[in-house]
Amino acid sequence: MKQALKPMLADTETHCYHCGNDCVDHTYQDEEKIFCCQGCKSVYQILAASNLCNYYAYNNTPGQTQLNKQQHFEYLDEPAIIQQLVNYTDEKITIVTFYIPAIHCSSCLWLLEHLYKINPAIVSSRIDFLKKQVSITFRPAELSLRSLVEMLTSIGYEPLISLQDVVKEQNPNSQRSLVKKIAVAGFCFGNVMLLSFPEYLGLSELEAHFQSFFGWLNLAFALPVTFYSGRDYFISAWNNLRNKVLNLDFPLALGIAIMFIRSFYEILSGTGAGFVDTLCGLVFFLLIGKWMQQRTYYHLSFERDYRSYFPVAVTQLKDGKEKPLPLNELAVGDRILIRNQEIIPADAILLKGEALVDFSFVTGESQPLQKVLGEVVYAGGRQLSEAIELEIVKPVSQSYLTSLWNNEAFSAQKQKPKTFSDTISRYFSVVLLLIAFSSAGFWLFQHDSGKAWASFTAVLIIACPCALALSSPFSLAAAISIFDKNKFYLKNTTVVEQLARINTLVFDKTGTITAPEASRFSFEGTLSPEEKILVNSLARNSGHPLSRELVKWLNTPETYPVKDYAEQPGKGISGMIKGQLVSLGSAAFLNIETANNSSSVHIKVGDHYCGYFSVKQQWRTGLKNLIGQLGKKQDLHLLSGDQDRDRDALLPVFGRPEQMHFKQSPQNKLDYILNLQQNKREVMMLGDGLNDAGALKQSDVGIAVTDNINNFSPGCDAILDGISFEKLPVFIRQAKDTVKVIHRSFGISLLYNAVGLFFAVQGVLSPLFAAILMPISTVTIISFTSLSVRFFGRKNHLI
Amino acid sequence: MNMIYFLIGCSILLALIFLAAFFWAVKNGQNDDTYTPSVRILFDDEISQAEKK
Repeated sequence: MKQALKPMLADTETHCYHCGNDCVDHTYQDEEKIFCCQGCKSVYQILAASNLCNYYAYNNTPGQTQLNKQQHFEYLDEPAIIQQLVNYTDEKITIVTFYIPAIHCSSCLWLLEHLYKINPAIVSSRIDFLKKQVSITFRPAELSLRSLVEMLTSIGYEPLISLQDVVKEQNPNSQRSLVKKIAVAGFCFGNVMLLSFPEYLGLSELEAHFQSFFGWLNLAFALPVTFYSGRDYFISAWNNLRNKVLNLDFPLALGIAIMFIRSFYEILSGTGAGFVDTLCGLVFFLLIGKWMQQRTYYHLSFERDYRSYFPVAVTQLKDGKEKPLPLNELAVGDRILIRNQEIIPADAILLKGEALVDFSFVTGESQPLQKVLGEVVYAGGRQLSEAIELEIVKPVSQSYLTSLWNNEAFSAQKQKPKTFSDTISRYFSVVLLLIAFSSAGFWLFQHDSGKAWASFTAVLIIACPCALALSSPFSLAAAISIFDKNKFYLKNTTVVEQLARINTLVFDKTGTITAPEASRFSFEGTLSPEEKILVNSLARNSGHPLSRELVKWLNTPETYPVKDYAEQPGKGISGMIKGQLVSLGSAAFLNIETANNSSSVHIKVGDHYCGYFSVKQQWRTGLKNLIGQLGKKQDLHLLSGDQDRDRDALLPVFGRPEQMHFKQSPQNKLDYILNLQQNKREVMMLGDGLNDAGALKQSDVGIAVTDNINNFSPGCDAILDGISFEKLPVFIRQAKDTVKVIHRSFGISLLYNAVGLFFAVQGVLSPLFAAILMPISTVTIISFTSLSVRFFGRKNHLI
Repeated sequence: MNMIYFLIGCSILLALIFLAAFFWAVKNGQNDDTYTPSVRILFDDEISQAEKK
């Protein structure tokens, strides 16, 4: 008999008051409130005791599930580690900033800023919501750092303390300095406009003496704009010239310089009003464009490496005692203790205990590996069963995992992708100089040196590609914000253009096209109603995901009391119910011979073998549809580090047997991408784990697929939330549309330039004309790009 | 009409004071987190009183 597990109807279930998860039964109750587990219930009780139940008033079920939480914070008593973590400390107060991934709603904000109600030793706490950081000031004499972290963990806000966070240095200064430059430019722009108006409207004889006064003031305002706000353009243009590259900064810097020189000359000699307002406006708008481009989603880290995957400290065993040891002090020969769910930080030999290690993150192999005593266990694996003892054989920095990261391919700089505006600006600069010199030459030939000077400078001023420089950042920033709303987070704006060029996609299997949580269960065997109750009674006691799924599937309200309940992590559970031994677990646990693979859960009641559940990996929703849509235009490949047992299951979905490759090592994946690129392919790699890290970096667009964006993901160009996985073809279409918008807006701005040039070459460009044309073209471009990108976004159903 | 010189001087001085104030705000990090205060302002003590009743 074969029964597939049916999804249950949501409205027949009760939801946990704390986290909103489905409650399997009504075991955990407090004041008529039902919880899914002991963890959620205890969080509620702590909050209720401190009179903090407003937490539940601002949002429904604001908490995070408290299942599978096991943490040891002994290392936070080590002075060396404390010193690395805290921002500031003296005898009276300590300030520490934590990154807490669980922060997600206003209730979190409210609770974490009222921590002083739980423990009076906390002076104050401030949240930065977007960065998911909380900065806590507390009195170290009354509360240790460890108890603080334990308290945060007990209310469900466990800080993420990893090696990289300790090393991490924050630098908000570049953004701040840009904001200051914008402020100066905007300030001067406003004042100069005001002071230029009389000149444009015409001054009467009576007011003529004001003219030079206004001129001098304007010049004074032009100084900070040119030499402070516009400084970066000169620097960038000079650096690029030295590298023999003509980018868009060159005509911009030239335009700014010429405008300043001509204004300076005109005002000094009293021959005209100069172009100061155009100059200030230009710099102001350019800097805003730059700010749009720099405005990234800084709360996501795209440059993570192994250090953020590792814990800060491990438990060292010395003279039979457990002692926390900072990871960077871990040396060869040290004995360490790794508990269930902890990560093995360095290559080590197994000394004691049974190791069942999950290497899926490192190798892509989805089945945990059994290791025997004396075997080398590689770093990066996660221990899944009981606590084990290991002896380190290689320092952390030289372990297998770390060497994956320090692969030479990673350090080799990826060639900076060419953007459309880079390509255009090369030709633009050449044409611009050509026009400027030829018009100057023409007037010199006519023996009119005044006109020659006027037309030469006017050409460079009017053709200054302000609108051109703004079209890319504004279109791309609009596109990025649309992607962001759809849970597709890009590292920077150039990724959009890269995305539009993609013609080959390479998928990883485990965790990328399979959904890690949603596995499909099927039961083979028979269970009598009585046996169902027995199994249900037993499985209810376990927090293991499989047990919980089983309880849901059995859907039996009746239970019997269980005696001698025993749980062996990673193996199974057993207990005496109504005088019968009921056991659930792996084949080895039940001592039965079976041909099935290890991801089956067997059921035995007394001596009677009832059958087994098998777990199949579930493809992400819409995978087949996605492959179908992408396959029309793009070339698709599959690279998996896993065994090829899923080949048959994948074939009907993927349909390209010759482009499916299994048992690929990280190096194989990297080489495969390289090979594709040498065949002039623009490759997008989608992966999730460390084993894809090389391929992700090498590919033209590396996308890390993850189901919790705050979880670890390897260095990449973009992070895609698993929920939005099926929108991938739409994202690519949107990127293409965005590039189309950029092309069109370049056309519009060139049109404006042509109109300006028509007057400029004749040497009759008036400052007023320039002062009007420049803002108009800028505003046209900004509104055209933002609106049309949004229009395409709506057409693609992304907003 | 010479009053104009004085008035323009005043207006620029005033504008400079505002610019300086903005610089001070940036330096103090007031623009670093522009989102959290928008949520924080919505909290008040009324909910707890309503619940107690």
